[in-house]
Amino acid sequence: MKPESAPPDEPVESLDRLLRLPDPLPPCTRDELLGLYRQMALIRRVEELAAKAYTQRKILGFCHLYIGQESVAVGAAASTSDDYWITAYRDHGHAMAKGVSARAMMAELFGKRTGASQGQGGSMHIFDKSVRFMGGYGIVGAHVPMANGIAWAARAREEERVCVCFFGDGAANQGAFFEALCLAELYRLPVVFICENNGYAMGTPLHRQSAVTDMSLRARGVGMTREQLAGWDVQRVRQRVAAARQHALSGQGPVLLEIVTYRYRGHSMSDPAKYRPAGELEQVRERNDPLTLTRRDLQKDHGLDDAAIEAVLASVEEEADDSWAFAESSAEPDPATLYDFVYAPQTTSLAADTDLSAARPQES
Amino acid sequence: MATLQIREALRRAMREEMIRDPSVFLMGEEVAHYNGAYKVSQGMLEEFGELRVVDTPISEGGFAGLGVGAAMAGMRPIIEFMTWNFSFVAIDQVINSAAKIWQMSGGQYNIPMVFRGPNGLAENLGSQHSTAVDSIVAHFPGLKVVTYCDAHDAYGLLKSAIRDDNPVCFLESELTYGQKGEVPDQEFLIPLGQAKVRRPGKDLTILSWGKQVLMVEAAAAKLAEQGIEAEVVDLRSLRPLDQEAIYASVSRTRRCVVVHEGYLFAGVGAEIAARVQEVCFDHLDAPVLRVANRDINQPYATVLEKLVGPSIDRVLAAAHRVMGKASPAESTGTNALTP
Ligand SMILES: Cc1ncc(C[n+]2csc(CCOP(=O)(O)OP(=O)(O)O)c2C)c(N)n1
Ligand SMILES: [Mg+2]
Repeated sequence: MKPESAPPDEPVESLDRLLRLPDPLPPCTRDELLGLYRQMALIRRVEELAAKAYTQRKILGFCHLYIGQESVAVGAAASTSDDYWITAYRDHGHAMAKGVSARAMMAELFGKRTGASQGQGGSMHIFDKSVRFMGGYGIVGAHVPMANGIAWAARAREEERVCVCFFGDGAANQGAFFEALCLAELYRLPVVFICENNGYAMGTPLHRQSAVTDMSLRARGVGMTREQLAGWDVQRVRQRVAAARQHALSGQGPVLLEIVTYRYRGHSMSDPAKYRPAGELEQVRERNDPLTLTRRDLQKDHGLDDAAIEAVLASVEEEADDSWAFAESSAEPDPATLYDFVYAPQTTSLAADTDLSAARPQES
Repeated sequence: MATLQIREALRRAMREEMIRDPSVFLMGEEVAHYNGAYKVSQGMLEEFGELRVVDTPISEGGFAGLGVGAAMAGMRPIIEFMTWNFSFVAIDQVINSAAKIWQMSGGQYNIPMVFRGPNGLAENLGSQHSTAVDSIVAHFPGLKVVTYCDAHDAYGLLKSAIRDDNPVCFLESELTYGQKGEVPDQEFLIPLGQAKVRRPGKDLTILSWGKQVLMVEAAAAKLAEQGIEAEVVDLRSLRPLDQEAIYASVSRTRRCVVVHEGYLFAGVGAEIAARVQEVCFDHLDAPVLRVANRDINQPYATVLEKLVGPSIDRVLAAAHRVMGKASPAESTGTNALTP
């Protein structure tokens, strides 16, 4: 029973709000698409080198590779390059797509002082304030509520920016995630939630973690606008993230996008990924590999020949190799800095310097 | 006598208790089909089936709470946190539910359950995956807190924890799951709350627990080469705390160093030091010193990381200090009294 003053419920069906906006952006030009292709190829190459460095114990701890999922971060970056991003521990691809250089990325993995987080964070905790990359986080689902705060601040400061929040299918089972959805919709916050559904949370396939496997349906219970899409095509990701962004900025509230993708490697470098059905990986890679699909589009729609593409790949190879050399030759953090990151230096004035005469007198 | 890895000793304890008592079940992320993130529960799904070895979604608050409810209603859940770092999203269920229900209900509902998983420092896992929860869970009345340093104790203590009629936080380590040790073939249980003297000595007492005990033993061996006989005591249980064993040892050696992971500030070592000075004041020849993590969040880079936790060098420095021997000044410490 509801109190009489409450507004009438909308019909239940209308609470399932699908993102109906059409694709907002003009199609990619040849150069734009080539740029996206190059970025995906660079991420993949850097990740492959990271895997190699890991086996040589140059990278330590946990290392979660993004290979296979490149179209999601790169497609999203193509329409939210100036916005805020926050993500989980599988963050190398997001960081690079958002503008972290291959050098700063690799140096962080090597634990060097030139790394994006000065060697403090490591693989799971890449940060770069200069490109509004608000970090990678290690506690599954725990970063999702922070996206709301980032969006809150952006709106309060009248920035035309959303917060794009990436998380896995597994994270969509975490309490913090559900709470964050409730708050985001209640406050109509400009957040684009992107659930990267790669089919697995560690060794557990989606259907054994959740009774509902269309993860975009998580939006329905809180009345949030949603869409599920395949993430293989970087151009499609670009368009739908742009649509979600437009919706979120229009004041109509956040959007939950579920983007279906696949990770080619194990959960982390120590996972042999034996739980996958035989042939599953091969099939995805053959039909849906983001790099192969985009290469085909470049050739078919924009007339690029193999030589042009090979030239791009050669420059990618060079940049990735350079990132390794840079990381390798960079200095380790100075032990004298051990205590440098306990408290931030105080820069806000603590003087009693406020003119309160204009303030409304307190009623007693 | 069998030589078992610690993970095998833990598994044996869980298996035996599950065979003995149908109300015991294991629940957590990746415990069943994946055989455990660290292979502690290898083969248990096959043996006990999906109703007793249960995979969960990444919903720690959900399954920790489920465990408490099941314990209230007659089961004996073993709730595995993939690591204790992830218990923070479920800590309300541990502290506000498990620890308090017996008292709140006026003694009607006890909570016979175990929360277990790896705790504390690992290697290069960075800030969010290196936390020691010892002082957090030990702070609250109603919880028992148990840990081990070898396969023998891992087995005997986990069996007691499972049979305990109260909630037990059982602290393990991913770094030592593969460490081998002798475990008798005969079933045995180690009562909770009994410290163990790992090495007798007359000159000072070093108290520790968990995997740091192994490092402390290595430090004691070095001290012996220098003619200092350290008594190494593994507390094994922080709650209940074997105070008698602590006081007996310290009263005899007249000197005490406490070594643990986690921080000095409001850490378990602070509690022990306070009690020792209160009870053994007249027997002490030196202030009680503590060696613990440096007061910073865990950095990733190895050059920094290796400076954070307790180390043989830092234990030696503390031992020398309580023995009245000068030791080189700490280069990076901020705590004047404690290395
Ligand atoms: C709260 C918490 N529980 C468990 C873990 C261990 N863990 C790390 S990643 C992961 C799987 C996450 O899967 P998903 O969200 O689908 O992301 P993906 O790895 O597929 O990118 C788990 C269980 C953790 N880091 N944090
Ligand atoms: Mg996943």
